[in-house]
Amino acid sequence: MRSRAAGWGLLLAVGLALPWLIYPVLAVDILAWGLFAAAFDILLGCTGLLSFGHAAFFGTGAYAAAVVALRLGVAFPWDAVAGAVAAALLALPLMALSIRRTGISFAMITLAFAQMVFYVANAWRSLTGGENGITGVPRGEVLGWSLSPAVAYYYAAFPLVALGLLLCWRIVRSPFGRVLLAIRENEVRTQSLGYPVSRYKLIATVLSCALSGLAGGVWVLNHGFVALDAVHWTTSGTVVVMVLLGGMATRLGPLVGAALVMLLRDFLSRWTDAWGIATGTIFIAVILVFRQGIVGTLEGLVAGRGGPAAAPAAPPVEEAASGLR
Amino acid sequence: MATILETHGLSMEFRGFRALDGVDLRVEGGTVHAIIGPNGAGKTTLFNLLSGLLRPTRGRMLFEGRDVTGLPPHEIARRGIARSFQITSVFPHLTVLDNVRLALGARTRLGYAFWLPERVLARFDEEASAILASVGLADQRHRPASALAYGQKRVLEIGLALALHPTLLLLDEPTAGLSLEEIARVVDPIRRVARERTVVLVEHNMGVVAALSQRITVLQRGRVLAEGTYEELRAHPAVIEAYLGGAA
Ligand SMILES: Nc1ncnc2c1ncn2[C@@H]1O[C@H](COP(=O)(O)OP(=O)(O)O)[C@@H](O)[C@H]1O
Ligand SMILES: [Mg+2]
Repeated sequence: MRSRAAGWGLLLAVGLALPWLIYPVLAVDILAWGLFAAAFDILLGCTGLLSFGHAAFFGTGAYAAAVVALRLGVAFPWDAVAGAVAAALLALPLMALSIRRTGISFAMITLAFAQMVFYVANAWRSLTGGENGITGVPRGEVLGWSLSPAVAYYYAAFPLVALGLLLCWRIVRSPFGRVLLAIRENEVRTQSLGYPVSRYKLIATVLSCALSGLAGGVWVLNHGFVALDAVHWTTSGTVVVMVLLGGMATRLGPLVGAALVMLLRDFLSRWTDAWGIATGTIFIAVILVFRQGIVGTLEGLVAGRGGPAAAPAAPPVEEAASGLR
Repeated sequence: MATILETHGLSMEFRGFRALDGVDLRVEGGTVHAIIGPNGAGKTTLFNLLSGLLRPTRGRMLFEGRDVTGLPPHEIARRGIARSFQITSVFPHLTVLDNVRLALGARTRLGYAFWLPERVLARFDEEASAILASVGLADQRHRPASALAYGQKRVLEIGLALALHPTLLLLDEPTAGLSLEEIARVVDPIRRVARERTVVLVEHNMGVVAALSQRITVLQRGRVLAEGTYEELRAHPAVIEAYLGGAA
């Protein structure tokens, strides 16, 4: 019990110190991507659904937050929350269609929908600015405090992201999360027990997409700028890499993965334009050693030494992949 | 007692192959009704239809007088039909206790509560313990289901179906691959359940069939070959030839 409190305290301390350890814009990026990865893991780690179109929801959140902040003057945090709502509204029809498929064909159909969202974002210039994107998105102020300084925005975004993360973690460790795990483990049996599996999947995907949209909102206000790369398929790929790197179905894995990828990208992009290749190489190397991701593998080692029983672990990467029929 | 389950001309085709061909079945409430027949006769396919996992290509199914043809599996489960699987089908990475909690929770709406902590599931623990004790798994409750021995998994499989408190319980070869001692552990709970519920039992072990069931339907190549009590079927020429042959 005491070690748990210490763990939470340490996490909070790292969170509060982060903008002084690295520069604040990067720190907010880690928050936003960490929330995105945690929201994504509700589907990948917990439910066993690999969405390859989550950029659509992250990006929709970013565009929606930018538009309501810039054109309607909606203030923080409500602009970011509008991003979550927009992503949820988009997710409802798209995911209702996607969840009729499982495994690799779910990944393909979500990718196809995300490509459609990309083309709409490109074509709808009056709203999204097309290739030029939307610039000059204001952060505004909160309770009279200007959020223009990057550090100020970090401390405004921190509680919002923390709430989002707590919701992700609660969803995964709730009675609902148990049913999602059951679906991941054995969909037919879950259905035969009397659970309407499609309804559970729809609720899980909409929650995941809404939280991804919130992350997109936090992210766009950080940069004051959003363009097509937010809805590009590489954004969907990046969040997959983050979760696998950190460890799916673990509490801290998505955060660790997001932080690593963002730090690596920041560090490597100073030296080379090919930071993507370098990140990919490191990803493969890490996954070869840490088959359940960094946090997943470390938790496995601790549990193996007679530590407290870990939450139901996710299968290693290749087992998860072989489940993608 | 009244008829609880009826099928009329139930048929299932797989790409032109008729796994079930016009099956008429009547199961009386409160009985144990065995379905026997050689491998490939269509017994599991019949269960897949009755539990909604497959839609029949032809025919109708009535449960408690109401048409349930084509209902999805969760809807059929809600109406009181539970099944076990011939190939063990539990939740491997969850603990034995969590497996049973899931089954118990299926009758509530608690599963939607994504805002509650999972400790609220402890409300099922007393009942789960009773079920696990009744199938001899009480001391295994905190192990992941994947760590159980084969026989224990089979027993958990039955436990999950029992936890649904079904009106009609479909058991697909519950004793397949079990030792004599384990068979006893499965047969006792089935016998207890059968006092207040209806059971349809697919079973190869003729001793178990004779001990538990009041009525037997013999399936062969997707059709009903004969129906009657154990004594009647023992004397039935077609059944002796096709199935009981050596055993009778
Ligand atoms: N999903 C399926 N696709 C194609 N053929 C199937 C399918 N399920 C069962 N069959 C075929 O239907 C026949 C009956 O199978 P089954 O119902 O499993 O028999 P039993 O349980 O009596 O041994 C078998 O020939 C089997 O190969
Ligand atoms: Mg069978």
